[in-house]
Amino acid sequence: MAEEGWIAAKPGGGEGIFAAGGSWLVAAAPALDRQLGALERSAPARLSGRQRVHVDCVDLEALDTVGAWLMLRLKAALGGRGAEVSLDNLAARFTPLLAQAEKYHPRETPRPRRGFFGPVDVLVALGAWATIGAKEVWGGLDFVGEVTVAAGRVLRRPRYLRPMAFLSQMQRTGPAALPIVGLLSFLVGVVFAYQGADQLRQFGAEIFTVNLLGIAFVRELGVLLSAIIVAGRSGSAFTAEIGTMQVNEEIDAMTTIGLDPIDVLVLPRLGALVVTLPLVAFYANVMGLLGGAAICYLALDIPLPIFLSQLNQALTGWEFWLGIIKAPFFAAAIAVVGCREGLRVSRSAESVGRRTTLSVVESIFLVIVLDAAFSILFAQLGI
Amino acid sequence: MLRVQGLTTRLGGQVLHQHLALELRSGEVLALVGASGSGKSVLLRTLLGLIRPAAGTIEAFGQDLTALNPQQMRAIERRWGVLFQDGALFSSLTVAENIAVPLKETLDIEAPLRDEIAALKLALVGLPPDTGDKYPSELSGGMRKRAGLARALALDPELLFLDEPTSGLDPISAADFDRLLADLRASLGLTVLMVTHDLDSIYTIADRVAVLVHQGLKIGTVEELRRDDDPWIVRYFGGERGRAAQARAEAENGG
Repeated sequence: MAEEGWIAAKPGGGEGIFAAGGSWLVAAAPALDRQLGALERSAPARLSGRQRVHVDCVDLEALDTVGAWLMLRLKAALGGRGAEVSLDNLAARFTPLLAQAEKYHPRETPRPRRGFFGPVDVLVALGAWATIGAKEVWGGLDFVGEVTVAAGRVLRRPRYLRPMAFLSQMQRTGPAALPIVGLLSFLVGVVFAYQGADQLRQFGAEIFTVNLLGIAFVRELGVLLSAIIVAGRSGSAFTAEIGTMQVNEEIDAMTTIGLDPIDVLVLPRLGALVVTLPLVAFYANVMGLLGGAAICYLALDIPLPIFLSQLNQALTGWEFWLGIIKAPFFAAAIAVVGCREGLRVSRSAESVGRRTTLSVVESIFLVIVLDAAFSILFAQLGI
Repeated sequence: MLRVQGLTTRLGGQVLHQHLALELRSGEVLALVGASGSGKSVLLRTLLGLIRPAAGTIEAFGQDLTALNPQQMRAIERRWGVLFQDGALFSSLTVAENIAVPLKETLDIEAPLRDEIAALKLALVGLPPDTGDKYPSELSGGMRKRAGLARALALDPELLFLDEPTSGLDPISAADFDRLLADLRASLGLTVLMVTHDLDSIYTIADRVAVLVHQGLKIGTVEELRRDDDPWIVRYFGGERGRAAQARAEAENGG
C-alpha cells in the first residue's frame, strides 16, 4: 500500500509554497480533510493582493475523485481570499480526474439545520397528529364501506366468488392455527384453574372452580385468545402478502386487467376468516376446558364425570353462543385491518414492515374494543 | 484484475457453467452476453461471492476468492463496486444516504465530509444536487440507475460490475449512460464487467465481448466473434438488431 496522503508547507520553500504527496484516496479522506482544514485556517484571512500559492504535487502517488475534489476545494477556499493557486508538477494522468471532480459545485447555501423544538411546534405536531387520526378513522370507514358493497355484490352473484382463494385462505387461517391456539388455550386453562381453585378453597367451594372456568372460557377467554393469536398470525400475513404485492406493482397490474383487488384479495380473506375464527374459537374453548379439567382432576380430585356434570349446570346453551357470536365480528375486524394496511403499503420495504406492525396493533386493539362493546351490550340486554 | 478458471456452477441440480474460464484485463470493458436463462446473472453473482461455485477458482486482484475468510473478502469487496439491475437502492434511505452507506461502513469519516463526498458522486454521475434528498421511489428508472452507479463508485473502486445497466432505459438515456460510463472509465481508469443485452452499448463502449454459450464462454472482440460460427452468436450479431446497431456505430465513428 502506498503512503497515506499528506500536505504540508514545503521545507525551505518560503511562504505560500506547499507540497502534497502520498495517496490522495478516499481512504485517506478524513485525515486529509483535517490537514487541509488546519492549513486553510492557518492561512491569512485576506491574502495580500495577487499572491500566488503553489502546491507542489511531485510526490503525489495516487489520486481518486475524492482526492481530486479535496485538491479543488483547497484551491477554491484559498482562491476565495484573493490568492491564485497553482498545482505544480501534477502528473498528466491525474488531469482527467480533476476534470471529473470539477463537475461538482458545492451548494452555496448549506442545508437548513433543524432548529429548536418550541411550544408552537408542539401545537403544530398535536394538530397534525389529530388530523392524521381523524383521517385514519375516516379512511377506515371508507374502506369498510367499499368492502361491504363488494361483499353484497358477491353475495348476490356468487359467480364472483373465488372458491380456490377462499379455500386456501381457510386452510391457512383455520387448521394451520390449531396447534398454537390449542396449546395456548390449554395452558391458560391450567393457569386459570389453579388460580381459581386457590381462592375458592378458602371458602371450601373448590367445585365452583368448574363454574368459574366454564363461564370465563366459553364467554370470553376462548374467543379472545383465538382472535388475538389469529390477529398476530393471519392479520400480519395479510398485510405482508398484500403489501409485497403492492411493492411489486402486482396490485396495479391486477387493476389494469380489470380485476378489483377488493374482490380478488380482500373478500376471500375476509370470508375465510369469518368462517374459520368461530371454529377456531370453539376449539380453543374445548382445549381450555380440557386444561382446566386436567388440573381439577390432578389438584382438586374432581374426576371428569363430576367436572362435566358441574359444567353442565353452570353453562346454559346461551352462554356458549354469546361467546361464539363475537368471533365473526372479531374476524371481520382483523381481516379488514390486515388487508387495508396491506393496500396502503407504498413502494418500499420499510413500509411493508411498518404497515404490518400497525396492522397487528390495530387489529388487537379493535378486537378488545369490540369485546368491551359486546360486554356492555349484553349487560344492557340483561344476558 | 479478475481471473476465473475451471468454474463449474450447479444450481438446484442443474449445471449452469462447466469449466468456464474468464480473464478480465486491467482497464478494459468486457461485455457479458448470452441468451435469457443461460446463467449470466448467476455468473455475475458467483463472481461477487454471492453463490458458491461447485468447482474452480476465482481470482480477483491476485487473491483466490474461494479461499478467503470473511474479513479478507470484505477488503476485496471494498475494491469493487456493483450496480444491480434496478439500482437496488435501499428504499428506506435517501439517495445521498444510500451513497454514504459504503463510506460509513468502511471509513471513520465525519458527517460533513461524508455528505460532501456523496454530493460529489452525484455530480459525477450527472444527477442534479437535489436528487440527494429524494427517496429511491421518487426517482425515474434512469435516475435510479445513475444513483446506483454513484453508490457503486462511492469508494472509488478499481473494478466495476454492472448488471444490465441500460435495460429499461429509453434510447436517449441509454446512450447518455453509455457515454457517462465511457467518460468515467477513461478518467478514473475503471475496469468494467457488464452484463448486457444492449447491442448499442456493446458497440459503443465494450472492448471485448464474452458470450455465454454451452455452459462456457467465448471471448473476443466484436470483429472476432462475428466470424464465429456458433448459431446463437451468428444470430446475435447477424440479426436485424445486430446489423442495425453495427450500422449506427459505424455511422457515428465515420461522422
